[in-house]
Amino acid sequence: MSETLLRVDGVSKRFGGFTALTGVSVAIRRGERFGLIGPNGSGKTTLINCISGSLWNDTGAIEFEGREISRLPAYKRTRLGIARSFQIPRPFKSMSVVENLIVPLEYVMHRGSLHTADTRGEALEILRRIGLADKAETRADRLTQVELRKLELARAMAARPRLLISDEAMAGLSASEIDEIVAILRSLNEAGITIIMIEHIMHAVMRFSQRVMCLDAGKIICEGTPAQVVADPEVQRAYLGT
Amino acid sequence: MTRSATGFWIGAVAVVVLAALVAVSGANEYFFFAGFVVLQFVVLATAWNILGGYAGYVNFGTGAFFGVGAYTAVVLFKALSAPLWAQILAGAGVSGLLGFGIGLLTLRLRGIFFSIATVAVAIILETLVINWRYVGGATGIQLLRPPVMWPFETYTRMLFVVVALLAVLAVSIARYIETSWLGRGLRAIRDSEEAAECTGVPTLKLKLFACTVSGAMMGTAGALLPMYQSFVEPASSFSLNYSVAALAMPMIGGTSHWLGPVVGAILLGTIQQVVTVTISSELNVLVVGVLLVLFVVAAPEGIVGLARKLARVRAPTAGAA
Amino acid sequence: MFSFELLLDAVVLGVLVGCFYAAMSIGLSVAFGLLDVPHIAHPAFLVLGAYGTHLLSRQGWDPLIAGIVLMPVFFLIGIGVYRFYYEAFERRGSEAGVRGLAFFFGVAFIIEVALILAFGVDQRMVEATYIGKSLAIGDMRVPFRMLVAFGMALALTAGLTLYLSKSFTGRAIKAVAQDEPALRLMGANPVRIKQWAFGIATAVTAIAGALLIIVGPVEPGLDRVYIGRTFCVVVLAGLGSMTGTLVAGLILGISESIVLTLAGASWAPAVSFGLLLLVLGIRPQGLFGR
Repeated sequence: MSETLLRVDGVSKRFGGFTALTGVSVAIRRGERFGLIGPNGSGKTTLINCISGSLWNDTGAIEFEGREISRLPAYKRTRLGIARSFQIPRPFKSMSVVENLIVPLEYVMHRGSLHTADTRGEALEILRRIGLADKAETRADRLTQVELRKLELARAMAARPRLLISDEAMAGLSASEIDEIVAILRSLNEAGITIIMIEHIMHAVMRFSQRVMCLDAGKIICEGTPAQVVADPEVQRAYLGT
Repeated sequence: MTRSATGFWIGAVAVVVLAALVAVSGANEYFFFAGFVVLQFVVLATAWNILGGYAGYVNFGTGAFFGVGAYTAVVLFKALSAPLWAQILAGAGVSGLLGFGIGLLTLRLRGIFFSIATVAVAIILETLVINWRYVGGATGIQLLRPPVMWPFETYTRMLFVVVALLAVLAVSIARYIETSWLGRGLRAIRDSEEAAECTGVPTLKLKLFACTVSGAMMGTAGALLPMYQSFVEPASSFSLNYSVAALAMPMIGGTSHWLGPVVGAILLGTIQQVVTVTISSELNVLVVGVLLVLFVVAAPEGIVGLARKLARVRAPTAGAA
Repeated sequence: MFSFELLLDAVVLGVLVGCFYAAMSIGLSVAFGLLDVPHIAHPAFLVLGAYGTHLLSRQGWDPLIAGIVLMPVFFLIGIGVYRFYYEAFERRGSEAGVRGLAFFFGVAFIIEVALILAFGVDQRMVEATYIGKSLAIGDMRVPFRMLVAFGMALALTAGLTLYLSKSFTGRAIKAVAQDEPALRLMGANPVRIKQWAFGIATAVTAIAGALLIIVGPVEPGLDRVYIGRTFCVVVLAGLGSMTGTLVAGLILGISESIVLTLAGASWAPAVSFGLLLLVLGIRPQGLFGR
């Protein structure tokens, strides 16, 4: 199964005088593990925002499962199967952890069948998979950094996506915590979910991804296998300077 | 139905029945006047809280929706001699439409722009009404009311029961929204609108819904004004005092629970009546403002929130309140 | 009823009034446009400044001098208010948005009612040599006090614009508006900068208040119509643009003046609010917004 799940074609985005993305094109295959890297400010999160719908791209097209989505509001894209986590976690602070997950379950999965669905049970199941089950009733504003990151991922998982975008979910975590997150993403991928991983932690991205793309100043400077990208002189220049 | 739901409905019916019984009794007329004002504020505060407390969008223009409800009733009465229930429905409809319109215009923008837009609409509408001769312009309009319905002796008593009914209705609707998936979506919007959108919540639609329902409710309260006073004028119908009170009462009572606006309205309404009667009406308005600032700064969770905290402190093993 | 001359008169008066509106709004441009404080109490501070000027003028002070004297007082008040706002709300995160708004709304209301209690609802005025006379320019008679307001307004706007672009603190203020984390990384304390900026914005509001009472009588409820005028100017200008404030003020002034001439005084309060809604609906980032 290697048909294209997500096609990004010539996407550009400007903020006033600042161009964040220029002519970015990439095709993500169904079931793929795709890594997105690049120095700070290179446009990674902007690209993700354009894909998820938090922003609208100025030029170009974005197709998901063959359907043009670049003018759909974000919530519709989530219902089509695209979910994302946020770089700086944005939990629903006034709600408990399990309630945070019930929101996507109610609004994405069970819109027509709320009276019969066991959203609470499903939410708890996801929390068990990700290791947050013991914090189910804790208010989201009481969680540690790691737990917040996990909640971000769990909430994205609750939307039962076909494409999951993880935006720097591992920043600031310890080695074992990073392994935990990578393992969770791996298992999701094995269950059939396509994953785009944005990361700065090189060893995690390179271990996890089948294909990697590097952005710099809004443009793609390299795309290929992890080994190819790491060895690319342009990539090295972008990260280390001339 | 769950136990708490049964309790709520029993209480709701009891309130209406009690109001009706008291209204046909020989109680002092002033009681009904004060009671009307307080219950009217229960409606306004509850309505405000649906958008302000649940979704986090602050309406500074409650006076606009209230005034529109009042003048819709005036027009219907003057043109068609419409009965009270028709006035109320029309008031709800037009104010709801107003809420929808303002929402459509500004809910895509940041919260503060919505708030400023509500002030703008309030003043523009007041200006429009001042220049509209059919409803009396700036000097207002006097209405000849039909004789009051049996078994009530005065309009004050009858409208006291009507507003009690509206209050119970408003609180029921607010409670339903709060405890349902709608309320969860609104809270998600309040906590993090961007994350809500990305978890499948149709934020604009939900906000528009809340804005429309809130406006419609405020319109029902306003629609009672013409029959209550038999005289309607723009300055007091669109008054900023309604806007401040409708905002202060939920903020003081508590914004995350339907009981908050009720507590706030009863408390603040009563304080207002006492101060107006004993000292002055200007000071009563100052009291509202000071209490608002005090609570917003020192006790943001409101009275209901404080009570819950106390309950948790006293029974730590009881789990979530 | 309609004459070209009348229209020209309206436009000229509109330009003068427009500059005046710009002066009224420039404090808000800084407080809301640059610092993102939901300062809905700004017009209330204007009226407070006007009454302060009235008090001092009763002691014999010239209103402009009174305004200048009030500036350091208002500067300190501004610093206090911002500090309080920051500690009570901005620090505490996202919930703060709603409560911060409600706070300023409450403050505005308290100021209005306090003024009613202290001064009553009657209008108050000041007297000065330049109030009451008018200057003849061609066929028109331009009230002297409008020229004074016009001149001061230009001076204020130019002064503040220069300050923000040329002085070190001024540029720090602009920097904190654009990229606070970067500023923090460079070692500057953004809270102190914002505090200082809010203090300046409030100080400017003091003299704007003096202009307010020079131009016409004031009464405690005046802040309501000025919520429309000042926010209209700031939003139309685009958040953070000082020169935009002047342009937007002119647009509002001329529009109001024309409506006044064609439709009468009872419609005038709606112009600013109507224009505000128009801008929010069509181009919310304003003319020069960032």
